[in-house]
Amino acid sequence: MRIVRSKLATSAEMDMTPMIDVTFQLIAFFMFVLNFSEVDTDQRINLPASELARPPDAPYSQPLTVQMTADDTILFAGDEMQPDALQSALMREAQIIKAYPNKKLADVTVVLRADRAAKTGKVQEVIQMCQKAGFDMFALRGKQSDVSTLIEL
Amino acid sequence: MKIRHHERSDKIELSMTPMIDIVFLLNIFFLFTFKIVLPEGDFNVQMPSAAAARAAEPSELPPLRLVMKAAPTGQLADLRLAGRSFGNGRDAFAQLQHYIRTQVVAPGGGTPSEQEVEIDADYDLDYDYIVRAITAVTGYIENGQPHKLIERIKFTPPKQP
Repeated sequence: MRIVRSKLATSAEMDMTPMIDVTFQLIAFFMFVLNFSEVDTDQRINLPASELARPPDAPYSQPLTVQMTADDTILFAGDEMQPDALQSALMREAQIIKAYPNKKLADVTVVLRADRAAKTGKVQEVIQMCQKAGFDMFALRGKQSDVSTLIEL
Repeated sequence: MKIRHHERSDKIELSMTPMIDIVFLLNIFFLFTFKIVLPEGDFNVQMPSAAAARAAEPSELPPLRLVMKAAPTGQLADLRLAGRSFGNGRDAFAQLQHYIRTQVVAPGGGTPSEQEVEIDADYDLDYDYIVRAITAVTGYIENGQPHKLIERIKFTPPKQP
C-alpha cells in the first residue's frame, strides 16, 4: 500500500489580534488600579478594625505618616527606627516644614498607623513626641469593618 | 516628462514579536506590583500639647473618665466609665456604648458638643482596645446611617510601668 503524505506547504500564521487586545485591556486595568498613594502603608502592620473608620472626605493637605509595628518598631519617612530615635526625626521634619514659607505646622495631620497588638503606652509616647515637635492634629488609622467591632467574636 | 510610478506590490509585514515581548513584560510588572489594599479609615483626634490645651478655654462639663485596665498579656482586664464598671466580657464595649446612648446622651437631643471623654489606659494594653473604645464612644451605625455620640477624645499621659 502506498501512503500519500500530504505536505503542508502553507505556513500557519497565528492571528495575534485578539491576544493583543486582551493583553492591552489587562495593562489598562492594572494601570488604573495602581495606587501610588498607598506607598507609605506597610503590610506588616495589622490595623485595628472599626466600623466607624471612614476615609477622610478630603485628602489631608499635609499628611505625615508614622507607623508602628507590633514589636514597637517605628516606620517613619522611609526609615525603620526605634522609638527613641523618632523624636529627633520629628523635630527635623518640623524644622523642614517651618522653613517653607507656604507651609504651617498647624496644617499637618499626623496619620498614625499602629498595629492592633502594639502597646497603648508606646502609641501614646509617639503622640507625645509629635506634640513636642509641634503637631497637634492626629488621625488614628484603622481598617474598615462591615460588622460591629464592639462585640468580640 | 514621464513620471514613473513605483508601485509597491509587496506587502510590508509588521513584526509583532518585540511589541508583544514588551507588552508581556509590562503585564508581568503590573501583576507583581498589584496588591489588594483593604480600605482604611481614620479617627480624627485633635490633641494639642498639654500647655496649649491648658491655655484653651476650659470645658464647662468635666471630662468623663474612661479607665481601661490591662491584664499582663495586654488583654483588657476592666473597663469603667465614670466609676461604673463594664467588666472585660465580650460585650463590654457594647455595654459601654449602650450606657453612653441611654445615660450620657440626652434621649431626645444630641450630645453636648463640649462633652469630652478622657481615656486613661494602662501602658501594656493592646492598641486594638483603644480603637474599639473610641468606636464605642464616638458613634454608632444604625440602618446604615452613622450617628455621632461624643466626639471629643483626649488621653491621659502614658504611665510608664
